[in-house]
Amino acid sequence: MTVESTAARKPRRSSGTKRAAGAASAAKPAAATAQTHDAVPQLVQLLTPEGDRVENADNAEFAPFVADITTEDLRGLYRDMVMTRRFDGEATALQRQGELGLWASLLGQEAAQIGSGRALNDEDYVFPTYREHGVAWCRGVDPTNLLGMFRGVNHGGWDPNTNNFHLYTIVIGSQTLHATGYAMGVAKDGADSAVIAYFGDGASSQGDVMEAFNFSAVYNSPVVFFCQNNQWAISEPTERQMRVPLYQRAQGFGFPGVRVDGNDVLACLAVTRWALDRARRGEGPTLVEAFTYRMGAHTTSDDPTKYRRDEETAAWEAKDPILRLKAHLLATGGADEAFFAELETESEAMGKRVREAVRSMPDPDTMAIFENVYADGHALVDEERAQFAAYLASFESAEEGH
Amino acid sequence: MAVEKMSIAKALNESLRKALEQDPKVLIMGEDVGKLGGVFRITDGLQKDFGEERVIDTPLAESGIVGTAIGLALRGYRPVVEIQFDGFVFPAYDQIVTQLAKMHARALGKIKMPVVIRIPYAGGIGAVEHHSESPEALFAHVPGLKVVSPSNASDAYWMLQQAILSDDPVIFFEPKRRYWDKGEVDVEAIPYQLHKARVAREGSDITLAAYGPMVKVCLEAAAAAAEEGKSVEVVDMRSMSPVDFDGIQASVEKTRRLVVVHEAPTFLGMGSEIAARITERCFYHLEAPVLRVGGFHAPYPPARLEDEYLPGLDRVLDAVDRSLAY
Ligand SMILES: Cc1ncc(C[n+]2csc(CCOP(=O)(O)OP(=O)(O)O)c2C)c(N)n1
Repeated sequence: MTVESTAARKPRRSSGTKRAAGAASAAKPAAATAQTHDAVPQLVQLLTPEGDRVENADNAEFAPFVADITTEDLRGLYRDMVMTRRFDGEATALQRQGELGLWASLLGQEAAQIGSGRALNDEDYVFPTYREHGVAWCRGVDPTNLLGMFRGVNHGGWDPNTNNFHLYTIVIGSQTLHATGYAMGVAKDGADSAVIAYFGDGASSQGDVMEAFNFSAVYNSPVVFFCQNNQWAISEPTERQMRVPLYQRAQGFGFPGVRVDGNDVLACLAVTRWALDRARRGEGPTLVEAFTYRMGAHTTSDDPTKYRRDEETAAWEAKDPILRLKAHLLATGGADEAFFAELETESEAMGKRVREAVRSMPDPDTMAIFENVYADGHALVDEERAQFAAYLASFESAEEGH
Repeated sequence: MAVEKMSIAKALNESLRKALEQDPKVLIMGEDVGKLGGVFRITDGLQKDFGEERVIDTPLAESGIVGTAIGLALRGYRPVVEIQFDGFVFPAYDQIVTQLAKMHARALGKIKMPVVIRIPYAGGIGAVEHHSESPEALFAHVPGLKVVSPSNASDAYWMLQQAILSDDPVIFFEPKRRYWDKGEVDVEAIPYQLHKARVAREGSDITLAAYGPMVKVCLEAAAAAAEEGKSVEVVDMRSMSPVDFDGIQASVEKTRRLVVVHEAPTFLGMGSEIAARITERCFYHLEAPVLRVGGFHAPYPPARLEDEYLPGLDRVLDAVDRSLAY
């Protein structure tokens, strides 16, 4: 059993969702036996790596949450993953060409991000790390906006409140507390929305994440902790972060944890909807552990051959999230070759647009150093700005003098 | 004499290797320090040769890393901790400031805290946020901590071993953009005292005081100034706590002018303290106020602006001119 909770459940119906059928049934508490990481993990899975739909005891509670998903929706999820992968590949290429200083690739994690990202309502609020390009896509953030910080022209590049998608957070784990606080505010406001915080398996070792778990439990905050366990934290495998499967940690804080097949977009969608639903119904936080794999390097600065085996990566290739849904769509007649061809053209066009946008992205004005340091202004900043402007101007006047 | 030419990174690696060889109580701890050898490869090969019990990959938790290093030190070990980047030391700041720095005093001197915290710091490598900061003043301000930064391979080699030998906690700032700079290391030399400043270039008209990554900039500025007939002395401070004020004073009494250069913001930075003390000590020697060149009171900017933000040759030479104009 993959759901564990000591939290009391109130089977209240959600006012805001149409797909709560069977959703509020109590999760069966399971024994908190520690698993070793070598053991085959128990996962909520709806689509096998071969693309077959499965029904079993582990997914029974979650399957109703995607009962409304049509073939067209599936094609939409597929499109999201393909576009996201294309964007990610383009960014990696741009880094190689020197257009970006760094890139953190999401290759392999498309299902976890698209599944969870598409579970969100517009009013929900997202707190990402630095790798959530697929979630950003679901939120409607223009992909080119994500590239500014990796190119080195800004530290953010979008207004978080336009799409309810917070800025990327590089200091690992920090944003889980921000998400929790935001969720506390949502609850105070009595709003019918939820908050989701993304983080990695490595980040789960940070004290901040433990504190976020505790605060959210104590205040029963409407927050979903979505951990993408991509098996690695730079060179450190998950065994270096924890001895108990991550999702089980939630139990100790008094809320449920679920482990989902992170390469199964449908399962990620179902489980995240379930968790968001709980949050909206006032049932507090949930930890979702999306069991997935980082197919590429940690970032473009990293060399994974120093610490991980090719066989491991190859084994995960067989679980590719995009191929899996494609197999399903083909087997069920959900999409034809024309669909895939059209998507190919569309993703190429997007890649081209991104490439051109990055290449023409201007460097910021030097004086931007002094912009937005304070909302109210600050005498020292003003003084330094003026001094620096005069200093720069002295070169220009020297040139003119020649 | 056993002089070898090596990069600062290599010198640090060799230094750690020697420390591990010489004292079984020395431990290396941090994120990715094992198989990967650290993101800058400073610990490259050490786990292979000394094992996972001596070179320890830790969970991703800086407070945990420093907190457990304190415990290990209480048990007689000498942990050398790696913080991956400057901006990630802050989850550990609480442990460093409230615990590590004060333990010796609280225990009436009965407890020693031989913990070294290595931090690759400062900018110039085109990195994203939190990877380019210079927080040395935040540590130098804390009683109980020692704060040092090498600027060349020889110092990297020797200062790290001295830091490990020290019974006090040492914050060891490594100028990451200089990791690949090569220099000569005499691995048998009698090392310079850890907290002593060093005259890196002799001169008679003005003194530039710097440490870590800015020493090279100051040496280049001195060379450029020499072409204009100005004789610039460069003092490599090497230590930010304690500061060798005597060493700086000796230089200033000779040149009568001082410019302090660092990457960190000037407001309440190392330069402020040095300006104040040197003004007290050398008031009648000074021909000009002590000037500072450093960062602005603004967050470290995105990479495409760091060349403008970081003090370079021109800004240092401009300060030299301003000082000489008094
Ligand atoms: C507080 C802090 N320490 C160290 C780092 C450096 N760092 C960046 S990403 C990373 C690994 C994170 O691994 P994980 O949380 O599993 O997420 P992933 O990158 O695998 O998605 C590390 C150590 C950081 N960003 N923040």
